Amino acid sequence: MVAAGSKCRTCRGPAIIDLPRHNANFCAEHFMELCRRQVTKAIEKFAMLTPEDRILVAVSGGKDSLAVWDLLIDLGYQADGLYIGLGIGEYSDVSGEYAKAFAAERGLHLVTIDLRDEYGFDVPTASRATRRVPCSACGTSKRHLFDKAALDGGYTVLVTGHNLDDEAAVLFGNTLRWDVEYLARQLPVLPARHGFPKKVKPLVRLTERETAAWCIVRGIDYLVDECPMAEGNKHLAYKAALNAIEQESPGSKASFYLNFLDNMAPLLAGTTAAATDTLQECRSCGAPTTGDLCAFCRVAEKSRAHEPVPVELVLGKGRGRR
Amino acid sequence: MKVLLRNPKREVEVEGRHTVNSLLARLELPRESHLVICNGTLVPGDASLTDDDVVEIRPVTSGGA
Repeated sequence: MVAAGSKCRTCRGPAIIDLPRHNANFCAEHFMELCRRQVTKAIEKFAMLTPEDRILVAVSGGKDSLAVWDLLIDLGYQADGLYIGLGIGEYSDVSGEYAKAFAAERGLHLVTIDLRDEYGFDVPTASRATRRVPCSACGTSKRHLFDKAALDGGYTVLVTGHNLDDEAAVLFGNTLRWDVEYLARQLPVLPARHGFPKKVKPLVRLTERETAAWCIVRGIDYLVDECPMAEGNKHLAYKAALNAIEQESPGSKASFYLNFLDNMAPLLAGTTAAATDTLQECRSCGAPTTGDLCAFCRVAEKSRAHEPVPVELVLGKGRGRR
Repeated sequence: MKVLLRNPKREVEVEGRHTVNSLLARLELPRESHLVICNGTLVPGDASLTDDDVVEIRPVTSGGA
């Protein structure tokens, strides 16, 4: 390789990454400094965390969740991890190994839950039993188990690895539908309320290219392979559309999402209040719900009654929904 | 030069001299959703690659919401 001509904006040493949205290049040291600064800015601006918080990080074995766990530890917070085995064949087996290795190498505590062992079903079976795309059953299960683990464990905050691309893509989808209720809830901090822990997203100022680069620079071994069941989902299509815009106009994704938080979210505040006031306890698990059974228990009830479905039978089910 | 691609994992042979940016363009891969690792190190878009380099193009897009 012939050394690149681009120089670090901070020290003028050889750059390892170009970030068009910042119109700058960075060496490894100053790239990490940028990441720490962006995460700190998000934490402080949105009052996400305090040094006294007991933090639980939802960990998948992928780049974002391992990056946010690593960044929080690096910034001096105390945080445990939570891994949920979703039963997505070899993908889940391997992702669990990455999460466990990350924790073991750093002496961190990782809570593990296995959906099949503890609740009698897995995501491929749930997808087939509920006749929904796999990401729907997966999201419902993860949200429920994240909340439950955080509350049961006495944690004050649940951290997820959602990054700027994730949030911009969700915002794009909600905007395409002008779904005001979802738009009003799309915040980097959701406060604790009865039956729900406080939830925060410290990576909302970092793109996924930056979180992946953080992992590479820090020597974090993460699962690069994409979930086989995510192929063809709308979220990926929205990300591709936003990246096409970003390529032509660097900084567009950050403007779209961060200016939404500054300019639009305050106007929508309170829109969801009526809905949350009407929550009651799920008759099966006690979690807050608008109906008799919560969404997770409805999925679990149908899925446990269904014979186990191997992941291969539901692969690519999201195709055609773009 | 041999280039490792992911999702699915495979190796392709690319002829000619390339910078990181021209390699991504040749393979029609968007820069915003990929990183390039050369001999174990991240490299920026204007880095020149040679036949002896071990090059990996790593996608960074996750599908979950």
